[in-house]
Amino acid sequence: MTINLQRAGLVGRSMPRVEDAALLIGRGRYIDDLPTRRDTAHMVVLRSPHAHAEIRSIDVSKALEVEGVHAVITGDDVAALTRSLTVGVKADVECWPIARDRVRYVGEPVALVVADTRYIAEDALDLIAVEYDMLPVVMDPEAALQEDAALLHPSLGSNCIAERSFRYGDPESAFAEAKHRFAIDVSYPRNSCTPIETYGVIAEYDPGEDAYDVTANFQGPFSIHAVVALALKVPGNRMRLRTPPDSGGSFGVKQGVFVYAILAAVAARVSGRPVKWIEDRLEHLMASVSATNRATRLEAAVEADGRITALRWDQIEDCGAHLRAPEPATLYRMHGNMTGAYAIANVAIRNRVVLTNKTPTGLNRGFGGPQIYYPLERLMHRIADELGIDRLEVIRRNLVPSDAFPYRTATGALLDSGDYAAALDTALANGNFDELIERRRQARAAGKLYGIGLAAAVEPSVSNMGYITTALTPEQRAKAGPKNGAQAVATISIDPLGAVTVKVASVPQGQGHRTVLAQVVAERLGIPFKAVRVNTELDTARDAWSIASGNYSSRFAAAVAGTARLAADRIRDRLAEIAAGQLNVEASQVDFLDGRIFDRLNPDNSISFNRVAATSHWAPGMLPEGTDHTIQETVFWTPEQLEAPTSKDGINSSLCHGFIFDFCGIEIDPATGAVRIDKYVTMHDCGRVLHPAMVEGQVRGAFAQAVGAALFEEYAYGQDGSFLSGTLADYLIPTVMEVPDPVILHYESPSPFTPLGAKGVGEGNCMSTPVCIANAIADATGAIDITLPLSPGRIGDLIFGEEKPSSQPQTRTPNKSSSGQRQLTGQGSATVSASRQTVWDMLLDPATLEAIIPGAHGVERVSATHFRADVTLGVGPVKGRYRAEIKLSDMVEPEAVTLSGSTQGALGFGNGVGRITLREADGKTIVGYSYEAGIGGKVASVGGRLLDGAARVVIGQFFQALARHAGGGTPHGGLLSRLKALLGGRS
Amino acid sequence: MKPPAFDFVRPEGMEEVLETLHLRSSDARIIAGGQSLVPMLNMRLARPGVLVDITGLRNLQSIHEVRGEVVIGAAVRQAELEAWPHLRRKLPLLAQAIRWIGHVQTRARGTVCGSVAHADPSAELPLALIALNGSVRLASQRSKRTVPAADFFLGMMSTAIAEGEMIEAVTFPVAENGTGYAFREIGRRHGDFAIVACAAVADKTATRLAIGGVDDHPRQFDLPQENGDELDDALNDIAWALNARDDLHASGRYRRELVRRLGRETVLEARSCRN
Repeated sequence: MTINLQRAGLVGRSMPRVEDAALLIGRGRYIDDLPTRRDTAHMVVLRSPHAHAEIRSIDVSKALEVEGVHAVITGDDVAALTRSLTVGVKADVECWPIARDRVRYVGEPVALVVADTRYIAEDALDLIAVEYDMLPVVMDPEAALQEDAALLHPSLGSNCIAERSFRYGDPESAFAEAKHRFAIDVSYPRNSCTPIETYGVIAEYDPGEDAYDVTANFQGPFSIHAVVALALKVPGNRMRLRTPPDSGGSFGVKQGVFVYAILAAVAARVSGRPVKWIEDRLEHLMASVSATNRATRLEAAVEADGRITALRWDQIEDCGAHLRAPEPATLYRMHGNMTGAYAIANVAIRNRVVLTNKTPTGLNRGFGGPQIYYPLERLMHRIADELGIDRLEVIRRNLVPSDAFPYRTATGALLDSGDYAAALDTALANGNFDELIERRRQARAAGKLYGIGLAAAVEPSVSNMGYITTALTPEQRAKAGPKNGAQAVATISIDPLGAVTVKVASVPQGQGHRTVLAQVVAERLGIPFKAVRVNTELDTARDAWSIASGNYSSRFAAAVAGTARLAADRIRDRLAEIAAGQLNVEASQVDFLDGRIFDRLNPDNSISFNRVAATSHWAPGMLPEGTDHTIQETVFWTPEQLEAPTSKDGINSSLCHGFIFDFCGIEIDPATGAVRIDKYVTMHDCGRVLHPAMVEGQVRGAFAQAVGAALFEEYAYGQDGSFLSGTLADYLIPTVMEVPDPVILHYESPSPFTPLGAKGVGEGNCMSTPVCIANAIADATGAIDITLPLSPGRIGDLIFGEEKPSSQPQTRTPNKSSSGQRQLTGQGSATVSASRQTVWDMLLDPATLEAIIPGAHGVERVSATHFRADVTLGVGPVKGRYRAEIKLSDMVEPEAVTLSGSTQGALGFGNGVGRITLREADGKTIVGYSYEAGIGGKVASVGGRLLDGAARVVIGQFFQALARHAGGGTPHGGLLSRLKALLGGRS
Repeated sequence: MKPPAFDFVRPEGMEEVLETLHLRSSDARIIAGGQSLVPMLNMRLARPGVLVDITGLRNLQSIHEVRGEVVIGAAVRQAELEAWPHLRRKLPLLAQAIRWIGHVQTRARGTVCGSVAHADPSAELPLALIALNGSVRLASQRSKRTVPAADFFLGMMSTAIAEGEMIEAVTFPVAENGTGYAFREIGRRHGDFAIVACAAVADKTATRLAIGGVDDHPRQFDLPQENGDELDDALNDIAWALNARDDLHASGRYRRELVRRLGRETVLEARSCRN
C-alpha cells in the first residue's frame, strides 16, 4: 500500500455538504414530518385582538360542544399546573406564557383548543367568547417612561423593568476636556430574520412518572430548558426535550418556541393525549419573537483630529409586553463591545429596559449588534463630516491599534486577535474603493443621486453565559453566585467495526454542522471524510449537554467544532498507544492517514484504522496498561477567558471577536426614491476559515437579511397597538431580485482562544450592513436623520422637497394620520324625502336599525338608547359575523344625535362614533353625518392595505341604507356623492 | 389557517353554475385560480358555504376577437393571456401590464376575470380594463348584461356583480392604429401590490390616464394634449383628487408625487409611441 503523506487536510476545504442530498430530494425530516402517536391531537391558540385589555370573561362552553374537541384551556388552567416564568432581572412581576387577567399585546395567547384536527380546533376557536375591557396602550419605548403612561404591569409601578448605569475610565473628564461633542439620536425599528419553517411542538405527558416529553424545533440556548422545567414544576430529568433532525431555519427566532413547549405540554396533560402544534405564518409574524427596537442617544467626546476620547450611551430597550428569558440579553450581549472596532478608553452607559404593548422579544441574528452599530457608525460618519475630515480617516484614527491584541476594551471585552487597519486597507485595495469614488463622481456629474457608505464593526461570537448578569448590580450578582463560561460538548464513538460517529449538542438550523464536524474529526483520525457520521439531533434525556448547548451567538465553528477536535485528539492519542503496541513502535511515532495507522518513519509498517479502533470492543484485555478504551469519548470545553463580570462591571461578553469593514455605493432614482445597491464590498476577519463555501453562505445570508432590515422589513404597529404586518405581503422580505451580489473578502487572524483558531461569522452583516446602507443614503441625500427601513416613501420624504398644492380647494382633508394609524374619518350628507320628525323617529326604532345596519340579524332593544345586534359585515368575499352594540347619546330631538357603536368578532373589532344632524329643507330632510372609526384585530394584521377602503364601503352601506329606508333621496357630498359619481361614470 | 367547511361543486355546464349561484346566492363564490380567494378562505376572512369551480367549463376557456373586441372567458388564466400570440398587436397595453401581475407562479393559476371580480385597488387588470374602456359580461340564471368598466368598480373589492351573478367574460377593445399605449408601475419589490400604477392611452385628439393603487379602485382621467405646464397642472389636480392614503408602504404624499411623476412619464411614453 502507499500512503500519500503530502495530501492536504480536510479542514479549510469546501467539502460537499453531507446534509444536502436528503434536503434536495425532499427527504428532510422537519418537525412537521416526524411520526406521532396515533392518538395525537392538534392544538390551536386563541390570540388577543387587542394590544391592551382586561379580560372580563371567557366563555368556552360552545367550543367544548364541538365534536372532536378534547380540551379548551384558559390562562388560569395553565397557571394551575405551572409557575410563572423565570425573569432575568430582579423585578416584582409575573411572566406567564398565556394571558390570565389581562392581555398586553396583539397575538398574546388567551386560550388553547385541543381537537382531533386543526380544522376542528379552528372551528371551535371561533366559538370561544371573550369579553375585553380595553385599556390605553403604550407603543413607544420613550413614551413608556412618561409619568402618565399606562402601566402594563401594575406590580412594577413603572414600565421600566430594569435600569443600570455604568462608568468605565473617566468619561466625565473626557467630555469636559474634549474639543468637540457630537451626538446622535436613533430609533432602531423592530424586525426579524424570518425562517421558512415556523415553530412546531409535539408534547406528551406521562402521568405515571409525572414527566413531560417534548419535541420542539428549539435551537437553544439550553439554559432555557431550566426555565421550562421550572415553569412545569418538574425536575429537569422529567422534562425531556428533543429536537428534530432537520430545521427549516431559525436565525435565533426558534429560541422563542419554548413558550409554546410549555403550553403544549400543559395541553397534553389536560387532554390526556399527545398534542401537536405547528405555528402558522400569521401567528409567526404577529407573536413569535421580534428583535428589540431601541431608542438610543449616543454622544462622543472628540479631539480636533477626530480621535474619540469618550462615548456616552443612553439606551432605552423595548422588550415588548413581557421580559422573557433570556432578555434583557439583547441589550447586554454587546456590552463588552460598546466601543465597536475602536480604542476608546472612557465610556458611560445608561441602560433602561422598558415594556410596551408589543410582542415579547428574543434571539435574532445579529442579536444586539445592529442596535449599537447603527448609532455608532452613523455617528462616525457625522463626526467626519462635522470636522471636515475624510470619513475613512476618522475610522482609521480610532481603530484598535494592530499591535494591541489581545486588547481589553473599556467595558471589559478581550478582543482576541486581528489587524483592523490591515484588513481595512486590504478591503479598500481588493474591493477597488478608488474606482467606487470615481463612479460616484461620474454619477453625480450626470445629475444622479449617488452615495457611498462605510461601516466598521467587531463581530462577537461564543457568548459568555455570564454576560446577562451584567444586568444585575454587583451586589445582586454576589448574592446569586457567579455565572460565566460557555460549555461546549462533543462525543465521539467508535463501533465494533471501527466506524466513527460524532454527536454534538449544537442543534444546527441548516448551517452544515455535520459536514464541518466530519471534516474536523476525519482529518484528525486520518480516515476518509465519508467514514465519519455525525448526529446533531439532541435529546436531553440521553445526550451530553449543558446550558450553553445549542446554536446561537455564532458559536459552532469556534466552540463546538473546536471541542470535537479536542475529543478527536483524545481518541487519537489512545488509538496511537494501542497501535504502537501492535506496530512495535513508540506511540509518538504513530501517524494516521487514509484509514491506516502507521509508523511515521516506516509507513509500510501499518495497520488498518478500523482494526485498532475496534480493539476496545472485541479485545479490551489487549489494551496497553494505563490506556483507556476508545469506545466513546465526551469532551466538555469552556474557555477560561469567559469570566464572570468583575466587581466594576467589566465583562468579556464573548470569546471571539471578528472584524468587519464594509463599503457600498448606492444610487437613488430621483423620480421614485427607489434605492439600487450598485456595489457592496464586505471584508471579514473571522479567524481561521474551516469551510470557505459555508462561510460565504453565512455572509450572503446575513447580508440578505440585513438588506431586508435596511430597506424592507418592519414589524409595524398602529398607534392603537394593532399589528399591521401579519402577512408576507406587508412584511416584505427581500428576494433574490432585491439582493445584489456582495464582494466578499477575507483577512485571516486565527483566534488564540479557540482550538481550531476559528471565530463566528454568521451574524456580522446583520450588524454592519444596515448602517452601511444608511450612511450611503446620507451621503447621497445630505440628510442627517435616516430611519430604517428605507422604503421609497421615506427616501421620497428626503428628496422630494415641498409639495405642489392643489389648484382647487380640498373638499376632503387629506389623510394626515401617520402610517399605521387605524383611525378613519369621513363625512357627508343625504337628502331624504321625509320630515325631520319622521327621520328622527326612525332612528330610534329597532326595526329601522335592523333595516339599515348592514347585515343585521335581529336588533335587540336593551333600552331606549341602547341596542344590540348580530351583524354580518364585509366587502366582497371578506365577511365576518360580529356582535354589535349601538348607543344613542347627546340627543337633541329632532335635530341631532350621536351614534356610537362597537363590534367584535373573530376577524377583529371596530368602534366608531358618528354625529348625525337633521336639517329641514323644502319639506325634505338633509341628513348630515360625520364619523370617526377605528378597526383592529386580524383584519388589521392581514388586510391593512385594504382596510380603510373596505371600512368606508361598510360605513357607506349604512348611510346609504338610512337614506333609502327614509324614502330614498339624493345623496350629495362626501362618500355618498362619490359612490353616486362612480355609479354614474367618470368623476 | 384552515378554512371552515364548505361544499365544493365542479359543474359541467353553465346551467348548473348559474343554478347553484341562484340557489345559494350570497353563500356561493366562484373559484377559478384561487389566488386571492384561497388565502382568504384559509384566514377565514371569507366563509362561503359553497365554492363553484368553473375551470372545467370549456366555453369559458377561450380568448377570441368579435367585432373589434377581445373577449376573454372567465376560466382563462393570466398566463394563457400572456402567451396569446396576438396579445402584443391586439392589446399592447395588456402586453405591458401583464408581467406586473404577481409572479409567474401566480399567473399560472390566476385568471383574468378573477382579478377583475376581486377588484383589488392595486390590481393591474382592473386598471387596464378602466384605461381601455373595456366591459364586463355578467350572467345570472335570469338574464345576461354587459357593464362598462367605468360602472363596474364601486369601491374597495366592491363591484356591480349582483347576487346570483357571475362574470362570464371581460372584453377589451382591440388596439387602434394611431393610438399609443403605456403602462408604468412602482411597487416595493417586483410582484408586490402596486403603490401606484399608471396606464395611458393617447391618440391624436385625446389622452386618457388611468391610475391604480391610490384610490379605492382604479380611476380614469382625460388630460390636455400639451406636454408642458398644463399637463403638470392637470396631473397635480388628479393627484389631489385621488384621496391618496397613508399605509405601511407609502404615505399619501408619496403616492401623490408618484401620480405626478409616473403619470407624466406614462403619458409621454404613450404619446411617443402613437403610430
